[in-house]
Amino acid sequence: MKNLHVTTTINGDAAEFVCEPDETLLDALRNRLGLTGAKEGCGTGDCGACSVTLNGRLVCSCLVLAAEAEGAEVATIEGMADGDQLHPLQRVFIEKAALQCGVCTPGILVAAKALLEKNPDPSESEIRYWLAGNLCRCTGYDKIIRAVQDAAAEMRSA
Amino acid sequence: MKYVKPESLEAAATLLAAEAGTSRILAGGTDVLVQLRSELVEPDLIVDIKHLDGLRDIVEENGGFRIGAGVSGAQMGEHAALCAAWPGVVEGAELIGSTQIQGRCTMVGNLCNGSPAADSVPGMVAAGAVARVHGPDGERDVPVKEIPAGPGKTNLGKGEFITSIFLPARPANASDAYLRFIPRTEMDIAVASAGVNLELAEDGTVSAARVAVGAVAPTVRLVPDAGAALVGSKLDDAAIAAMVSAVEAACSPIDDKRGTVEYRTTTAGVLAKRAAHIAYDRAGGAK
Repeated sequence: MKNLHVTTTINGDAAEFVCEPDETLLDALRNRLGLTGAKEGCGTGDCGACSVTLNGRLVCSCLVLAAEAEGAEVATIEGMADGDQLHPLQRVFIEKAALQCGVCTPGILVAAKALLEKNPDPSESEIRYWLAGNLCRCTGYDKIIRAVQDAAAEMRSA
Repeated sequence: MKYVKPESLEAAATLLAAEAGTSRILAGGTDVLVQLRSELVEPDLIVDIKHLDGLRDIVEENGGFRIGAGVSGAQMGEHAALCAAWPGVVEGAELIGSTQIQGRCTMVGNLCNGSPAADSVPGMVAAGAVARVHGPDGERDVPVKEIPAGPGKTNLGKGEFITSIFLPARPANASDAYLRFIPRTEMDIAVASAGVNLELAEDGTVSAARVAVGAVAPTVRLVPDAGAALVGSKLDDAAIAAMVSAVEAACSPIDDKRGTVEYRTTTAGVLAKRAAHIAYDRAGGAK
Protein backbone atom coordinates (compact mmCIF):
# COMPACT_ATOMS: atom_id res chain seq x y z
CA MET A 1 0.00 0.00 0.00
CA LYS A 2 1.29 3.39 -0.98
CA ASN A 3 1.19 5.88 1.87
CA LEU A 4 -0.52 9.22 1.38
CA HIS A 5 0.58 12.63 2.51
CA VAL A 6 -2.30 14.66 3.94
CA THR A 7 -2.32 18.40 4.62
CA THR A 8 -5.19 19.57 6.78
CA THR A 9 -6.29 21.99 9.50
CA ILE A 10 -6.96 20.69 12.99
CA ASN A 11 -8.45 22.97 15.64
CA GLY A 12 -7.40 25.96 13.57
CA ASP A 13 -3.77 24.88 13.19
CA ALA A 14 -2.15 23.60 10.02
CA ALA A 15 -1.26 19.93 10.33
CA GLU A 16 0.15 17.26 8.09
CA PHE A 17 0.65 13.56 8.37
CA VAL A 18 1.38 10.46 6.36
CA CYS A 19 -1.19 7.67 6.44
CA GLU A 20 -2.14 4.42 4.78
CA PRO A 21 -4.98 4.67 2.23
CA ASP A 22 -7.33 2.56 4.35
CA GLU A 23 -6.51 4.31 7.61
CA THR A 24 -9.34 6.13 9.39
CA LEU A 25 -9.26 9.74 10.49
CA LEU A 26 -9.68 8.46 14.06
CA ASP A 27 -6.52 6.35 13.82
CA ALA A 28 -4.59 9.21 12.22
CA LEU A 29 -5.69 11.63 14.97
CA ARG A 30 -4.77 9.22 17.73
CA ASN A 31 -1.71 7.45 16.37
CA ARG A 32 -0.13 9.97 14.02
CA LEU A 33 -0.97 13.26 15.69
CA GLY A 34 -1.19 12.27 19.37
CA LEU A 35 -4.74 13.65 19.67
CA THR A 36 -6.19 10.88 21.83
CA GLY A 37 -9.32 12.72 22.98
CA ALA A 38 -11.50 11.05 20.35
CA LYS A 39 -12.01 7.44 21.44
CA GLU A 40 -12.67 4.25 19.56
CA GLY A 41 -15.71 2.49 20.94
CA CYS A 42 -17.41 0.40 18.27
CA GLY A 43 -15.42 1.42 15.20
CA THR A 44 -18.57 1.20 13.07
CA GLY A 45 -20.32 4.52 13.62
CA ASP A 46 -22.76 3.35 16.28
CA CYS A 47 -21.35 4.77 19.54
CA GLY A 48 -20.19 8.31 18.73
CA ALA A 49 -17.12 8.17 21.03
CA CYS A 50 -14.96 9.25 18.07
CA SER A 51 -17.10 12.31 17.21
CA VAL A 52 -15.30 15.26 15.64
CA THR A 53 -16.42 17.92 13.21
CA LEU A 54 -15.27 17.86 9.60
CA ASN A 55 -15.80 21.15 7.77
CA GLY A 56 -18.27 22.06 10.50
CA ARG A 57 -20.31 18.83 10.31
CA LEU A 58 -20.50 16.43 13.21
CA VAL A 59 -19.17 13.04 12.04
CA CYS A 60 -17.81 9.78 13.40
CA SER A 61 -14.07 9.94 12.69
CA CYS A 62 -14.02 6.12 12.56
CA LEU A 63 -16.14 6.38 9.38
CA VAL A 64 -13.92 8.93 7.67
CA LEU A 65 -10.76 7.98 5.82
CA ALA A 66 -7.75 9.95 7.00
CA ALA A 67 -7.12 10.81 3.34
CA GLU A 68 -10.46 12.62 3.23
CA ALA A 69 -9.07 15.21 5.68
CA GLU A 70 -6.96 16.66 2.85
CA GLY A 71 -7.75 20.37 2.67
CA ALA A 72 -10.50 20.03 5.28
CA GLU A 73 -11.04 21.64 8.66
CA VAL A 74 -11.20 19.18 11.53
CA ALA A 75 -12.20 20.13 15.08
CA THR A 76 -11.64 17.76 17.99
CA ILE A 77 -12.20 17.86 21.75
CA GLU A 78 -8.63 19.12 22.15
CA GLY A 79 -9.68 22.42 20.57
CA MET A 80 -12.72 22.97 22.78
CA ALA A 81 -11.13 24.72 25.78
CA ASP A 82 -9.60 28.15 25.27
CA GLY A 83 -6.19 27.58 26.85
CA ASP A 84 -6.87 26.86 30.52
CA GLN A 85 -10.41 28.19 30.21
CA LEU A 86 -12.81 25.26 29.87
CA HIS A 87 -15.77 25.56 27.50
CA PRO A 88 -19.01 26.01 29.51
CA LEU A 89 -20.09 22.50 28.45
CA GLN A 90 -16.86 21.01 29.78
CA ARG A 91 -17.12 22.90 33.07
CA VAL A 92 -20.80 22.08 33.64
CA PHE A 93 -20.18 18.39 32.83
CA ILE A 94 -17.63 18.36 35.68
CA GLU A 95 -19.80 20.40 38.07
CA LYS A 96 -22.87 18.25 37.44
CA ALA A 97 -20.92 14.98 37.39
CA ALA A 98 -22.29 14.16 33.95
CA LEU A 99 -19.75 11.41 33.45
CA GLN A 100 -18.38 8.36 35.14
CA CYS A 101 -15.72 6.46 33.20
CA GLY A 102 -15.38 9.30 30.70
CA VAL A 103 -14.84 7.32 27.51
CA CYS A 104 -17.97 8.70 25.83
CA THR A 105 -17.47 12.23 27.21
CA PRO A 106 -15.24 13.80 24.51
CA GLY A 107 -17.65 12.63 21.81
CA ILE A 108 -20.68 13.88 23.73
CA LEU A 109 -19.08 17.26 24.35
CA VAL A 110 -18.15 17.69 20.68
CA ALA A 111 -21.67 16.63 19.67
CA ALA A 112 -23.36 18.88 22.25
CA LYS A 113 -21.26 21.86 21.15
CA ALA A 114 -22.32 21.25 17.54
CA LEU A 115 -25.95 21.17 18.67
CA LEU A 116 -25.75 24.44 20.62
CA GLU A 117 -24.08 26.20 17.69
CA LYS A 118 -27.05 25.19 15.54
CA ASN A 119 -29.74 25.59 18.18
CA PRO A 120 -28.83 27.55 21.32
CA ASP A 121 -32.08 26.64 23.06
CA PRO A 122 -32.89 22.99 22.33
CA SER A 123 -35.74 21.17 24.07
CA GLU A 124 -35.00 18.03 26.06
CA SER A 125 -36.33 15.93 23.17
CA GLU A 126 -34.13 17.74 20.70
CA ILE A 127 -31.07 17.11 22.89
CA ARG A 128 -31.95 13.43 23.29
CA TYR A 129 -32.45 12.90 19.55
CA TRP A 130 -29.32 14.84 18.65
CA LEU A 131 -27.25 12.75 21.08
CA ALA A 132 -28.89 9.43 20.12
CA GLY A 133 -25.68 8.51 18.30
CA ASN A 134 -23.56 8.94 21.43
CA LEU A 135 -23.75 5.89 23.65
CA CYS A 136 -22.94 6.06 27.36
CA ARG A 137 -22.78 2.82 29.32
CA CYS A 138 -22.39 4.42 32.79
CA THR A 139 -24.56 7.38 33.68
CA GLY A 140 -27.93 6.64 32.14
CA TYR A 141 -28.02 9.93 30.19
CA ASP A 142 -30.12 12.07 32.56
CA LYS A 143 -27.16 13.92 34.02
CA ILE A 144 -25.74 14.39 30.54
CA ILE A 145 -28.98 15.89 29.24
CA ARG A 146 -29.30 18.18 32.27
CA ALA A 147 -25.69 19.32 31.93
CA VAL A 148 -26.29 20.23 28.28
CA GLN A 149 -29.44 22.15 29.28
CA ASP A 150 -27.61 24.02 32.06
CA ALA A 151 -24.63 24.87 29.85
CA ALA A 152 -26.99 26.03 27.09
CA ALA A 153 -28.83 28.32 29.53
CA GLU A 154 -25.55 29.74 30.77
CA MET A 155 -24.27 30.31 27.22
CA ARG A 156 -27.53 32.04 26.24
CA SER A 157 -27.27 34.49 29.15
CA ALA A 158 -23.59 35.16 28.58
CA MET B 1 -5.81 -0.65 -1.54
CA LYS B 2 -5.56 2.51 -3.62
CA TYR B 3 -7.41 5.70 -2.66
CA VAL B 4 -8.01 7.99 -5.62
CA LYS B 5 -9.66 11.40 -6.02
CA PRO B 6 -10.17 11.66 -9.77
CA GLU B 7 -10.35 15.05 -11.46
CA SER B 8 -13.50 14.40 -13.47
CA LEU B 9 -16.49 12.09 -13.79
CA GLU B 10 -14.92 10.64 -16.93
CA ALA B 11 -11.70 9.86 -15.07
CA ALA B 12 -13.70 8.19 -12.28
CA ALA B 13 -15.56 6.00 -14.77
CA THR B 14 -12.32 5.07 -16.54
CA LEU B 15 -10.65 4.12 -13.27
CA LEU B 16 -13.63 2.03 -12.15
CA ALA B 17 -13.96 0.32 -15.52
CA ALA B 18 -10.25 -0.53 -15.64
CA GLU B 19 -10.04 -1.96 -12.12
CA ALA B 20 -9.80 -5.76 -12.29
CA GLY B 21 -10.31 -6.24 -8.56
CA THR B 22 -12.95 -4.95 -6.15
CA SER B 23 -13.73 -1.28 -6.16
CA ARG B 24 -15.91 0.97 -4.04
CA ILE B 25 -17.15 4.49 -4.61
CA LEU B 26 -16.74 6.80 -1.63
CA ALA B 27 -19.15 9.64 -0.99
CA GLY B 28 -20.46 9.73 2.59
CA GLY B 29 -18.59 6.54 3.47
CA THR B 30 -21.05 5.47 6.15
CA ASP B 31 -21.57 2.07 4.51
CA VAL B 32 -18.21 1.70 2.73
CA LEU B 33 -16.15 2.36 5.87
CA VAL B 34 -18.25 -0.09 7.90
CA GLN B 35 -17.72 -2.77 5.22
CA LEU B 36 -14.02 -1.98 5.15
CA ARG B 37 -13.60 -2.11 8.90
CA SER B 38 -15.60 -5.26 9.38
CA GLU B 39 -13.59 -6.83 6.54
CA LEU B 40 -16.74 -7.65 4.60
CA VAL B 41 -14.95 -6.29 1.54
CA GLU B 42 -11.31 -5.61 0.92
CA PRO B 43 -11.41 -3.19 -1.98
CA ASP B 44 -8.45 -2.79 -4.28
CA LEU B 45 -9.64 0.64 -5.27
CA ILE B 46 -11.58 3.40 -3.52
CA VAL B 47 -12.74 6.25 -5.74
CA ASP B 48 -13.70 9.37 -3.82
CA ILE B 49 -16.16 11.36 -5.93
CA LYS B 50 -17.74 13.91 -3.62
CA HIS B 51 -15.35 16.76 -4.48
CA LEU B 52 -16.40 16.67 -8.17
CA ASP B 53 -18.45 19.53 -9.64
CA GLY B 54 -22.03 19.68 -8.40
CA LEU B 55 -21.88 16.55 -6.32
CA ARG B 56 -22.34 18.44 -3.04
CA ASP B 57 -25.10 20.69 -4.42
CA ILE B 58 -28.88 20.81 -4.32
CA VAL B 59 -30.03 22.83 -7.35
CA GLU B 60 -33.46 23.71 -8.73
CA GLU B 61 -33.88 22.41 -12.26
CA ASN B 62 -37.00 22.57 -14.45
CA GLY B 63 -39.13 23.21 -11.38
CA GLY B 64 -37.70 20.15 -9.61
CA PHE B 65 -34.54 19.48 -7.64
CA ARG B 66 -31.27 17.83 -8.54
CA ILE B 67 -29.49 16.44 -5.50
CA GLY B 68 -25.82 15.57 -5.91
CA ALA B 69 -24.51 12.15 -4.92
CA GLY B 70 -22.38 13.71 -2.18
CA VAL B 71 -25.22 15.64 -0.51
CA SER B 72 -25.69 14.54 3.10
CA GLY B 73 -28.97 13.95 4.91
CA ALA B 74 -28.26 16.93 7.15
CA GLN B 75 -27.76 19.16 4.12
CA MET B 76 -31.13 18.08 2.70
CA GLY B 77 -32.86 18.83 6.01
CA GLU B 78 -31.44 22.36 5.98
CA HIS B 79 -32.74 23.12 2.45
CA ALA B 80 -36.06 24.90 3.05
CA ALA B 81 -37.37 24.75 -0.52
CA LEU B 82 -36.57 21.05 -0.87
CA CYS B 83 -38.24 20.29 2.50
CA ALA B 84 -41.34 22.22 1.41
CA ALA B 85 -41.60 20.50 -1.96
CA TRP B 86 -40.66 16.90 -1.01
CA PRO B 87 -41.11 16.50 2.76
CA GLY B 88 -41.50 12.73 2.47
CA VAL B 89 -38.24 12.27 0.58
CA VAL B 90 -36.41 14.44 3.11
CA GLU B 91 -37.89 12.68 6.15
CA GLY B 92 -36.78 9.32 4.73
CA ALA B 93 -33.23 10.58 4.18
CA GLU B 94 -33.16 12.10 7.65
CA LEU B 95 -34.01 8.76 9.27
CA ILE B 96 -30.68 7.25 8.21
CA GLY B 97 -28.58 6.79 11.34
CA SER B 98 -27.56 9.26 14.03
CA THR B 99 -26.66 12.95 13.84
CA GLN B 100 -23.07 11.91 13.12
CA ILE B 101 -24.17 9.66 10.25
CA GLN B 102 -26.48 12.39 8.93
CA GLY B 103 -23.44 14.63 8.51
CA ARG B 104 -22.09 12.24 5.87
CA CYS B 105 -24.69 9.75 4.61
CA THR B 106 -26.19 10.27 1.16
CA MET B 107 -29.37 9.08 -0.57
CA VAL B 108 -27.32 7.73 -3.45
CA GLY B 109 -25.20 5.68 -1.06
CA ASN B 110 -28.34 4.45 0.67
CA LEU B 111 -29.73 3.42 -2.73
CA CYS B 112 -26.53 1.76 -3.97
CA ASN B 113 -25.96 -0.10 -0.71
CA GLY B 114 -28.94 -2.12 -1.90
CA SER B 115 -30.71 -2.72 1.40
CA PRO B 116 -34.40 -3.61 0.99
CA ALA B 117 -34.92 -1.57 4.18
CA ALA B 118 -33.09 1.57 2.98
CA ASP B 119 -35.02 4.47 4.50
CA SER B 120 -34.53 7.01 1.71
CA VAL B 121 -35.54 4.71 -1.14
CA PRO B 122 -39.35 4.28 -0.79
CA GLY B 123 -39.74 8.08 -0.74
CA MET B 124 -37.62 8.43 -3.89
CA VAL B 125 -39.51 5.64 -5.67
CA ALA B 126 -42.88 7.14 -4.69
CA ALA B 127 -41.62 10.52 -5.93
CA GLY B 128 -40.75 9.07 -9.33
CA ALA B 129 -37.14 10.13 -8.78
CA VAL B 130 -34.62 9.59 -11.55
CA ALA B 131 -30.95 8.71 -11.00
CA ARG B 132 -28.32 10.17 -13.33
CA VAL B 133 -25.79 7.45 -14.02
CA HIS B 134 -22.30 8.14 -15.28
CA GLY B 135 -20.27 5.37 -16.85
CA PRO B 136 -17.68 4.47 -19.48
CA ASP B 137 -20.28 5.08 -22.22
CA GLY B 138 -21.32 8.47 -20.90
CA GLU B 139 -24.45 9.51 -19.08
CA ARG B 140 -27.90 7.95 -18.79
CA ASP B 141 -30.98 8.62 -16.69
CA VAL B 142 -32.57 5.67 -14.89
CA PRO B 143 -35.69 5.67 -12.67
CA VAL B 144 -34.61 5.06 -9.06
CA LYS B 145 -36.99 2.10 -8.84
CA GLU B 146 -34.93 0.27 -11.47
CA ILE B 147 -31.62 0.63 -9.62
CA PRO B 148 -31.97 -2.04 -6.88
CA ALA B 149 -31.58 -5.63 -8.10
CA GLY B 150 -31.79 -7.46 -4.77
CA PRO B 151 -30.26 -7.30 -1.29
CA GLY B 152 -26.84 -5.66 -1.70
CA LYS B 153 -27.11 -5.62 -5.50
CA THR B 154 -27.81 -2.93 -8.08
CA ASN B 155 -28.39 -2.93 -11.83
CA LEU B 156 -25.45 -0.61 -12.43
CA GLY B 157 -22.85 -1.88 -14.88
CA LYS B 158 -19.08 -2.06 -14.55
CA GLY B 159 -17.63 1.43 -14.17
CA GLU B 160 -21.05 3.03 -13.65
CA PHE B 161 -21.97 5.20 -10.70
CA ILE B 162 -24.78 7.61 -9.80
CA THR B 163 -23.93 11.31 -9.80
CA SER B 164 -27.28 12.79 -8.78
CA ILE B 165 -30.94 12.19 -8.05
CA PHE B 166 -33.61 14.28 -9.77
CA LEU B 167 -36.93 14.96 -8.07
CA PRO B 168 -39.39 16.22 -10.68
CA ALA B 169 -41.49 19.38 -10.59
CA ARG B 170 -44.85 18.91 -8.92
CA PRO B 171 -48.13 20.81 -9.13
CA ALA B 172 -49.73 22.72 -6.27
CA ASN B 173 -51.81 20.49 -3.98
CA ALA B 174 -49.26 17.71 -3.99
CA SER B 175 -47.16 16.24 -1.21
CA ASP B 176 -45.60 13.08 0.13
CA ALA B 177 -44.80 11.24 3.35
CA TYR B 178 -42.62 8.38 4.54
CA LEU B 179 -43.10 6.21 7.61
CA ARG B 180 -41.18 3.24 8.90
CA PHE B 181 -41.68 0.93 11.85
CA ILE B 182 -38.79 0.13 14.18
CA PRO B 183 -39.00 -1.45 17.65
CA ARG B 184 -37.27 1.54 19.25
CA THR B 185 -37.59 5.29 18.77
CA GLU B 186 -34.35 6.07 16.94
CA MET B 187 -31.45 4.50 15.06
CA ASP B 188 -32.72 1.15 13.87
CA ILE B 189 -33.45 -0.67 10.62
CA ALA B 190 -36.99 -0.60 9.24
CA VAL B 191 -39.08 -3.73 9.85
CA ALA B 192 -41.47 -2.34 7.26
CA SER B 193 -41.82 1.07 5.63
CA ALA B 194 -43.98 3.00 3.18
CA GLY B 195 -43.68 6.14 1.08
CA VAL B 196 -46.76 7.78 -0.44
CA ASN B 197 -46.80 10.60 -2.99
CA LEU B 198 -50.14 12.26 -3.82
CA GLU B 199 -51.42 14.90 -6.20
CA LEU B 200 -54.86 16.37 -5.56
CA ALA B 201 -57.43 18.06 -7.79
CA GLU B 202 -58.90 21.40 -6.71
CA ASP B 203 -61.74 19.72 -4.83
CA GLY B 204 -59.36 17.51 -2.83
CA THR B 205 -59.85 14.37 -4.91
CA VAL B 206 -56.65 12.37 -5.43
CA SER B 207 -55.66 12.77 -9.08
CA ALA B 208 -52.38 10.83 -8.99
CA ALA B 209 -50.84 8.55 -6.37
CA ARG B 210 -47.68 6.49 -6.04
CA VAL B 211 -47.12 4.08 -3.16
CA ALA B 212 -43.80 2.34 -2.46
CA VAL B 213 -42.95 -0.09 0.34
CA GLY B 214 -39.66 -1.09 1.91
CA ALA B 215 -38.32 -4.07 3.90
CA VAL B 216 -41.10 -6.35 2.66
CA ALA B 217 -39.47 -7.71 -0.53
CA PRO B 218 -35.93 -8.25 -1.87
CA THR B 219 -36.00 -4.65 -3.11
CA VAL B 220 -38.03 -1.56 -2.34
CA ARG B 221 -41.18 -2.03 -4.38
CA LEU B 222 -43.50 0.38 -6.19
CA VAL B 223 -47.10 -0.82 -5.85
CA PRO B 224 -49.03 0.61 -8.83
CA ASP B 225 -52.32 -1.03 -7.74
CA ALA B 226 -52.08 0.70 -4.37
CA GLY B 227 -51.67 4.09 -6.02
CA ALA B 228 -54.53 3.35 -8.42
CA ALA B 229 -56.81 2.47 -5.49
CA LEU B 230 -56.50 6.01 -4.15
CA VAL B 231 -57.07 7.88 -7.42
CA GLY B 232 -60.52 9.46 -7.61
CA SER B 233 -61.03 9.25 -3.86
CA LYS B 234 -60.69 11.59 -0.91
CA LEU B 235 -59.12 8.73 1.04
CA ASP B 236 -62.48 7.36 2.13
CA ASP B 237 -62.49 4.05 3.98
CA ALA B 238 -63.18 1.95 0.87
CA ALA B 239 -60.29 3.49 -1.08
CA ILE B 240 -57.93 3.07 1.86
CA ALA B 241 -59.00 -0.56 2.32
CA ALA B 242 -58.38 -1.27 -1.37
CA MET B 243 -54.97 0.43 -1.13
CA VAL B 244 -54.03 -1.60 1.96
CA SER B 245 -55.06 -4.85 0.20
CA ALA B 246 -52.90 -3.96 -2.78
CA VAL B 247 -49.92 -3.20 -0.52
CA GLU B 248 -50.34 -6.48 1.35
CA ALA B 249 -50.57 -8.39 -1.93
CA ALA B 250 -47.27 -6.84 -3.06
CA CYS B 251 -45.39 -7.93 0.07
CA SER B 252 -43.11 -10.98 0.03
CA PRO B 253 -40.93 -10.34 3.08
CA ILE B 254 -38.45 -12.51 4.90
CA ASP B 255 -39.33 -14.11 8.21
CA ASP B 256 -36.75 -13.28 10.85
CA LYS B 257 -36.26 -12.26 14.47
CA ARG B 258 -37.15 -8.68 13.64
CA GLY B 259 -40.52 -9.47 12.13
CA THR B 260 -42.52 -12.40 10.79
CA VAL B 261 -43.98 -12.46 7.29
CA GLU B 262 -47.46 -11.74 8.67
CA TYR B 263 -46.23 -8.94 10.91
CA ARG B 264 -44.24 -7.19 8.19
CA THR B 265 -47.09 -7.52 5.70
CA THR B 266 -49.72 -6.11 8.04
CA THR B 267 -47.40 -3.34 9.21
CA ALA B 268 -46.62 -2.26 5.64
CA GLY B 269 -50.34 -1.81 4.99
CA VAL B 270 -50.84 0.19 8.20
CA LEU B 271 -47.86 2.43 7.42
CA ALA B 272 -49.05 3.03 3.85
CA LYS B 273 -52.46 4.04 5.21
CA ARG B 274 -50.97 6.46 7.74
CA ALA B 275 -48.48 7.88 5.24
CA ALA B 276 -51.32 8.43 2.74
CA HIS B 277 -53.24 10.46 5.32
CA ILE B 278 -50.16 12.54 6.18
CA ALA B 279 -49.40 13.19 2.49
CA TYR B 280 -53.06 14.10 1.91
CA ASP B 281 -53.05 16.64 4.76
CA ARG B 282 -49.74 18.10 3.60
CA ALA B 283 -51.13 18.45 0.08
CA GLY B 284 -53.91 20.60 1.50
CA GLY B 285 -56.66 17.99 1.23
CA ALA B 286 -59.69 18.26 3.48
CA LYS B 287 -62.04 15.34 3.88
